[in-house]
Amino acid sequence: MAKERYKSLWDLTRDQRGRYSASIAALLIAIGMSLLVPLATRSAIDEIVLGGASPWWLLIAGAVIVLFSLSSALCMYAKGRWVAEASHGVAKQARERLFDHLQHLPCTYFDRADTGDLVQRCTSDVDTLRIFLTTQLVQIGRAVLMLVILVPLLAFLDLRMTALSLAVIPFIIVFSTWFFRRVKTLFAKADASEGAMTSVLQENLTGIRVARAFGRQGFEIARFGEHAAAYRDDSFAVSRLKARYWGLSDLLCMTQVGVVLLGGAAWVFDGSLTVGTYFAFVSYINMLVWPIRQLGQILTELGKAVVAMGRIEEILEVSRESNDGDPIVAPKQPGRIAVRNLSFAHADGTRALTDVSFCVEPAETLAIVGPPGAGKSTLMHLLVRLYDFTEGAIELDGRDLSRIERTAVRSRICAALQDPFLFSRTVGENVKIGRDDASATEVVDAAETACVHDSIESFEQGYDTMVGERGVTLSGGQRQRISLSRAILADPDVLILDDTLSAVDSKTEGRIRSAMSARHGRRTTLIIAHRLSTLAHADRILVLTEGRVREHGTHAELVNRGGPYARLWKLQSTFESELAADMVPGRGEGS
Amino acid sequence: MNRMDDSRASVDWSAWKRILRFARPHRRDLIVLVLTGIATAVCDTLFPLITRSLIDHIEQFGAQFDLRPFVAGYAALTLALAAEVWVFIHCAERIAKHVSHDIRQAGFARLQELSFSYFDRRPVGWLMARMTSDCDRLADIVGWGSFDMVWGSSSLVAITAVMFMLNWRLACVVLLVVPPLMIISRRFQRRILLSAREVRKTNSMVTAAYNESVMGVRTTKAFGREEENLNRFMEQSDRLYGASVRNALQSAVYLPLVMTLGSIGAAMALMYGGVQVMDGALSLGTLLAFMTYARHFFDPVQEVATVLAELQMAQASAERVLGLVETIPEIRDSEDVRERLSKGWIEQGMAEDGYPLCFERIEFRGVGFKYEDGQRVLSDFNLGLRAGETVALVGATGAGKTTIAGILSRFYEPTDGQVLFDDVDYRSRSLAWLESITSVVLQAPHLFRGTVRENIRYGRLEASDEEVEKAALLVAAHDAILSLEHGYDTDVGEGGGRLSSGQRQLVSLARAVIRDPQILVLDEATSSVDAETEQRIQRGLESAFRGRLSVIIAHRLTTVRSADRILVIDAGRIVEQGTHQELMALGGRYHQLYSGQRVDERVRRWEPRE
Repeated sequence: MAKERYKSLWDLTRDQRGRYSASIAALLIAIGMSLLVPLATRSAIDEIVLGGASPWWLLIAGAVIVLFSLSSALCMYAKGRWVAEASHGVAKQARERLFDHLQHLPCTYFDRADTGDLVQRCTSDVDTLRIFLTTQLVQIGRAVLMLVILVPLLAFLDLRMTALSLAVIPFIIVFSTWFFRRVKTLFAKADASEGAMTSVLQENLTGIRVARAFGRQGFEIARFGEHAAAYRDDSFAVSRLKARYWGLSDLLCMTQVGVVLLGGAAWVFDGSLTVGTYFAFVSYINMLVWPIRQLGQILTELGKAVVAMGRIEEILEVSRESNDGDPIVAPKQPGRIAVRNLSFAHADGTRALTDVSFCVEPAETLAIVGPPGAGKSTLMHLLVRLYDFTEGAIELDGRDLSRIERTAVRSRICAALQDPFLFSRTVGENVKIGRDDASATEVVDAAETACVHDSIESFEQGYDTMVGERGVTLSGGQRQRISLSRAILADPDVLILDDTLSAVDSKTEGRIRSAMSARHGRRTTLIIAHRLSTLAHADRILVLTEGRVREHGTHAELVNRGGPYARLWKLQSTFESELAADMVPGRGEGS
Repeated sequence: MNRMDDSRASVDWSAWKRILRFARPHRRDLIVLVLTGIATAVCDTLFPLITRSLIDHIEQFGAQFDLRPFVAGYAALTLALAAEVWVFIHCAERIAKHVSHDIRQAGFARLQELSFSYFDRRPVGWLMARMTSDCDRLADIVGWGSFDMVWGSSSLVAITAVMFMLNWRLACVVLLVVPPLMIISRRFQRRILLSAREVRKTNSMVTAAYNESVMGVRTTKAFGREEENLNRFMEQSDRLYGASVRNALQSAVYLPLVMTLGSIGAAMALMYGGVQVMDGALSLGTLLAFMTYARHFFDPVQEVATVLAELQMAQASAERVLGLVETIPEIRDSEDVRERLSKGWIEQGMAEDGYPLCFERIEFRGVGFKYEDGQRVLSDFNLGLRAGETVALVGATGAGKTTIAGILSRFYEPTDGQVLFDDVDYRSRSLAWLESITSVVLQAPHLFRGTVRENIRYGRLEASDEEVEKAALLVAAHDAILSLEHGYDTDVGEGGGRLSSGQRQLVSLARAVIRDPQILVLDEATSSVDAETEQRIQRGLESAFRGRLSVIIAHRLTTVRSADRILVIDAGRIVEQGTHQELMALGGRYHQLYSGQRVDERVRRWEPRE
């Protein structure tokens, strides 16, 4: 498993390998150049200062040192640039792939998924990968290159000193690796308590009015205090361990430097080492020790990157919603829908629809009514192929729906869903979701039909008003009508209105209804509604309870049958007639 | 809000002083931190001196001297430095974590006291950012910023002092590098932080885009918007790429640049010092020490520049957080009330503030209310309420119904006039008392994560299981709850999301009545439920109203009809008042309002023949 993750991590860099190779080359040159600086200093001291050459040589030595540093700096810049472009490029590619993939996943996936978690995978996990690719990958390269280049160079200069230079390094590596393994569990704990604190905070702020209404300040403060203190203590536990680690590893590293410094001095005493070489070793050991100290941390980061990769892959491995079938879109109109013995169960096994059969003739309006949880919305979702059903059949103009491309189905059948979602774009753009190439007048037209044009115009910036946190907060009725205007703009052959007008008063609803039929003439419409006036306007009514068709017929038929619909009707109309009685002036009891 | 993000040209120390107040309980740590910072800088500066004197001894005496003092000195310094590293990380982190916690805790406590009007103007996301990342960032500056500042400036002073003591002429040569180093560092650190902020900003836009793509996936599918959404996303993704690369490039230029400057300093030391060594005016050890110092100068300079830049950048965060912590709640117990509360009255039938526990009547006398933005909602509003009656407020959106209910529960206080409980202005009574006798059910009620039982118990924390069920029975929620998968132990999910809106309403109603409040305020929701469910909710409401003053902002005609008294509110005034029958008979505004809810005549023709 882990091995595959390493491979996918590697595959991810495919398009950027050129840049990575170039930056490794640049790094190599930079390191080489920076290694030359102590060598130049060494010759300057041994040959010029102590060797008694002309002082003018010092100028040249100085110039050489600056030149080496400068070229090293240039290469470091090149490396920095290429690595940044490469890793941000990889991250960009990963982000876009994830976004595209997410949009094509089936709805069943989102039913189970946690939005926060998904977003985190697409953002922080991608970022963890990116940080690994930017810093850690280069650091590993650097540490390894340093060892590979420096050790032979040191050996060439002086074998004994080389042995001395490498004496403590293995301990440093082992120690830091051990430490970062240990700290990982503490990290995880601190992360978890931060998450817990954040969600308590979020919940408190969302429900702050309730907390205030019940005077629960003390309770809330105590609850939050617990989590905040846990987060503080858990994250400080990590810091405490880190403080010890850095102290100890500094000690180890400086011991290594000290061993070279003092051991070398002893050899300089007996004349077996020149002062210049000695100085070179003192410089090199500093270059070697500090990058190596990072290795333990880098290995942990590698572990984190692999975990992040895994979390990303889990999304990418889910197969996309298939889009096979006939790509036909052809007719504008008719739009006959026939549902035969349709049964459907959700992924968790709960049965939503059982043996549902009905049909809707072109230009007919079918109203669907039933208690919450009866399967009304599910039925609508099946009609636009948001879910795939297993038993029974749905036909659109005589063709099996599951044999038509999803995109084709959705371009002929358009649904204005319950709980309409508005994107944080302008109001106008939100309406345009219905049809991208619609002109401004068409957008206004659609909004007018949905009786939302006046509300939009009342906003300061009209159709250019932003929706959401950065702009206006729309009322439920306004959201519903904007969602409706999308569907109107889309101008489909079959229109589905899933409780789209529940927050709109009945007068406005009547206006919308007549505006719609005036605009397009009649078309096949399926409408979920509770308001009896809406139901009564439909050609036929379907009563759905517990996933089954309980009744099916015209309003008059159902009312006369005396079933559940008649009961609903009676409940409402008794009330209505009492009200009507009250409304006759002078007949109220009080007057 | 964007303007507030802008960094200032200079650092405003007064805000930082106020932030530093949070470090006061940790001043011992802070003192240790400052001392360690100085000690570390000194130790860092001493290391090259050891090397120097070692080299000079070698040059001077060859093999003829005792190495042991050097071993001892080096060992001592190493141990000291390791200990210092341990201490400063420990202290800086402890300060950072504690200060962050303390600010957060203070902010949270303050948020619990702030009035509704505060939250009306601030989205949850904004408050979350203040309470999480801003707190951490400021505390990091208090902990690490002060250490870096102390260490950086002490290092600069120590290195400069040592160099001047060793050889002032060579010191002058090496110090030539410092001014350009400082200028470059100041400019770059500022730019790097600025572009880092741009990265954060675009990054949060990308996060929002993901969030939207998941939340709106059904809409996207229903309208076939996948392509177009991806194109939009790619624009943002491009911007993020551009900003990130720009930020990385600035760092990629800065570090090599300052390191080259360091090398130039070292080379100048070598050239100038080398000649002096040859002349015998300078020891070789001193030359090497100068070369080391020249290379290490950029480190403290960079640290100081970063801290200064960070202080500027985080200024806005500091002001926002302080703004939150220091906001004085508009509504709180008066001086006088607090004094009475501290006396601790415990008398039969009396509340802790010295007035009777129960009330007979409430009077709004000449109440006016104006929002902060100057919008006037109520003026000279008069209303009398009696204990036990049910009063419905009806009227168009924006007529002031919610404001009246909010003033009654003291979520808002009147800007003019008084609200009197048995002739005592409620501002002379304690908030805790009013809260304890009032239950408010808000429109679209929020449930907290947890079980149904826990949510009902939120109304009275000490209620037993039986009392929870009794409350549910009273509002006709019991059966609905039992029909849930795990009954009372059903997890309601985030914000109650796993329950339907009708179920949420019933639970929140039970939560309100479990306190057995003297006043029940209800902002009724218009929800899309079928007539049968609606009837069930109505029955629950009616029993909830019994025996207490109930003030309802009513939308459903069924609820309005059963009220003892109906007030028709228009533009902050009572325009009609009476029972349903009276108002209907009147044929005025009320009649007009509700005639719209009738089923039209066309439908009525199909009435069942019975």
